[in-house]
Amino acid sequence: MTGEVWIGGGGVICGIGDNLPACIDAFRNMATGAATMEYLSSAHRGTYPVVEVRADNAALAARAGMPAHISRTALLSKIAAQEAWDSTGLGELRNYRVGFVSANTVGGMDKTEDFFADYLQDPQSGHLNQVLHHECGSITELVADALGIRHHVTTISTACSSGANALMYGARLIRNNMVDIVIAGGTDALTRFTLNGFNTLMILDQESCRPFDDTRKGLNLGEGAGYVVLVKDELKELIRTPWCKLSGFANANDAYHQTASSPDGIGNYLAMKGALEMSGLKPEEIDYINLHGTGTQNNDSSEGLAIERLFSPHYPPLSSTKSFTGHTLGASGGIEAVFSALAVREGYLYPNANFGTRMKEVPFTPVTAFSEGNKVQHVMSNSFGFGGNCSSLIFSIS
Amino acid sequence: MFQPYIFNQLSMSIYIQGTGCVSPLETAAEGPFPAVVNPAYDGARLKVSDPDYKQWIDIKQIRRMSRIIKMGVAAAKLSLQEAGVQKPDAIITGTAYGCLDDTGVFLSKMINQQEEMLTPTSFIQSTHNTVAGQIALMLSCHAYNNTFVHKGFSFESALLDSIMILKEGKSKHILMGGMDELTTHSFNIISRFNRFKKEPVTHNELLHSATPGTVAGEGAACFVLGTEKGDNSHARLTGLTTSYKPGSTAEIAADIIAFLAVHEIAQEDIDLLITGRNGDSEGDIWYDHVERTLFPDQAVGCFKHLCGEYPTAVSFGMWVGCKVLSSGHIPADVLFKGKTSEKIKKVLIYNHYKGTHHSLILLTGC
Amino acid sequence: MAALKAQIVEQLNLQEVKPEEIGDDQPLFKEGLGLDSIDALELIVLLQQNYNIRIANPDQGPEIFRSVRTMAEFITAHQTKQ
Repeated sequence: MTGEVWIGGGGVICGIGDNLPACIDAFRNMATGAATMEYLSSAHRGTYPVVEVRADNAALAARAGMPAHISRTALLSKIAAQEAWDSTGLGELRNYRVGFVSANTVGGMDKTEDFFADYLQDPQSGHLNQVLHHECGSITELVADALGIRHHVTTISTACSSGANALMYGARLIRNNMVDIVIAGGTDALTRFTLNGFNTLMILDQESCRPFDDTRKGLNLGEGAGYVVLVKDELKELIRTPWCKLSGFANANDAYHQTASSPDGIGNYLAMKGALEMSGLKPEEIDYINLHGTGTQNNDSSEGLAIERLFSPHYPPLSSTKSFTGHTLGASGGIEAVFSALAVREGYLYPNANFGTRMKEVPFTPVTAFSEGNKVQHVMSNSFGFGGNCSSLIFSIS
Repeated sequence: MFQPYIFNQLSMSIYIQGTGCVSPLETAAEGPFPAVVNPAYDGARLKVSDPDYKQWIDIKQIRRMSRIIKMGVAAAKLSLQEAGVQKPDAIITGTAYGCLDDTGVFLSKMINQQEEMLTPTSFIQSTHNTVAGQIALMLSCHAYNNTFVHKGFSFESALLDSIMILKEGKSKHILMGGMDELTTHSFNIISRFNRFKKEPVTHNELLHSATPGTVAGEGAACFVLGTEKGDNSHARLTGLTTSYKPGSTAEIAADIIAFLAVHEIAQEDIDLLITGRNGDSEGDIWYDHVERTLFPDQAVGCFKHLCGEYPTAVSFGMWVGCKVLSSGHIPADVLFKGKTSEKIKKVLIYNHYKGTHHSLILLTGC
Repeated sequence: MAALKAQIVEQLNLQEVKPEEIGDDQPLFKEGLGLDSIDALELIVLLQQNYNIRIANPDQGPEIFRSVRTMAEFITAHQTKQ
């Protein structure tokens, strides 16, 4: 066993595209996703733009091949996981030892919050099937059952870094010969609970977000799901078109505050540094960084300073795809892993939308236009979340 | 389907260097299994016996911690204290429900106030990784930090993550644990799924009740795992596996036989079988079958009559196993069948959650 | 200001701090009571709920909430009648 882990495929569904090719087209056409809320109902509909998947639950369920009353979180997950598997060309899933490591933060809250309204009026009311799959782990199992994966199925929830941590655990399972293949990533649906929660933190932008711009005012919430298919080295030949290797990763904790990042971004710095160490790369060998880049004053500043500390004076091209997809929370680490891994295969550099003014704190500016065919051999993807959870992944050419 | 295991590939030993437990018993202190056992059943509901959390948490920080966070922090600190470790090299938790109380508070306010004038505290405390995050914050620990939220496998996933990281050789001490809380809302809602006893029952009667349903519980149990034997290490973690939705009792029996064989242990070598028997006549059939067919002569211990049923209750079972190995005998309140022996070296914990999530944990005395 | 102190203690769940123990000019953040950015957000909601004053920009927080006195002065200046 060489211990090398390959990316054999990927799938994404989010507000800018129903599948991965559609998302890439959106980047090409600078078609950002922030819009007035359409599918979720909330008192804040007119105030905050969001990036919803452009489909109602009935349409998603038809696509996923799952019942329409199931949580939107599960429907999105199944669609993206299926696209990821299908893209590998491996054929029947049951012919392999496959695991499923999925991250989410909301679980079935989209249904629970409807249930709770009835329940609060009368503890005996509310439809039980709305809370049957409330738990984060239940969502994962619904999808694992639908995919036909039984062993080494688990769920991670570390706020916005969840999806990235799913890839790390998945890679470890493969390195330890517990399984040969892992579908790893994350999913989250937009809910009133999350929207109102973020509103209390006063970090939502009332316009389309401006990551890494000096005038940024906050984030836009999004939703979606994104998964890569991690494959052990010995099965690489069976993949239709192997994308790249997962060459490094690290998870560190900021240990500064429950939600805010430390001013110098120590957790961010340690995560990026740790990932570089595992991959054996020097900072100047990174060809592109997919930023966490939520668009909040705090995150972008801390992340920017941590990048300066680690990469100065050689700054790679960098951008936040959240300027298109919004912040998809538990899905973001998975969605951005797919974009990052694909960037290695295709030489993509993704644009950072809505950028105008360089942040005063840092000497670099993000990429603002999409391009392909670049020399992109090593890509870093950052995901930093509440609870100080900081994760960084590196994807590398073979 | 054959499941590869982790322990048969390990060249190192994994010692349990410290344990900490907050439960419906008086367990929130260093020392042996409590002499007095009187968990307070409130109908079919068991509540944690809260210690004075100010022993471990500064008053300024306590205000922003809900019960489950306090439980988790107390258990964590107790385990670190016993292990003699200030700052672990990783913090990994497993919790199926996360911070239920704060979730309920925020949800209720959101609905009752029609999404207006909501405050952040209960929202930020509602996220599942808050316990692990809070522990890191209190210890200023920048190390690896992860939280698993997978129903009846939340604790086992955290254990596997811990083992895989220790195997990489860069970490000396890992703090890990399992925790879940019970709130009035969660008890009411889960009750509607007919999970709990309808008739009154005591902890002495529960496991023999032969009626459907169990009692709801809660708790937090933490362990410091490391590759060196600490001063207070009395047990090694020597086996771990999970089985999701086994088709029959025959299948789980075959899984257990295969597990023991791979770990080169004969059935007779098991000195104590600890099961997750919880008094539910339907669910306990699994344990009846395994005890009768695989371990007919061995002592059997139980723990859910003391902590109640919850997705990470197996962590309390593992804590009980550690206490048995450190004291060398099986407490009367734990012994379900058979008798305590002179020498207890190998303890096998077999637990299932709702009949779908089955796990095996093997502990060896040291 | 006595009423305001009681509201602060309740809103922020300041266990074992009696309202009368908070000095009128005592710094509320960092030293003094040791409040943080989450508490600032809680106080913004307190102002809205109890005094009908809306603060759109959380960055104004440190100024307004420097002490109970500065809070009281801000309230007097901005309070609108229901």
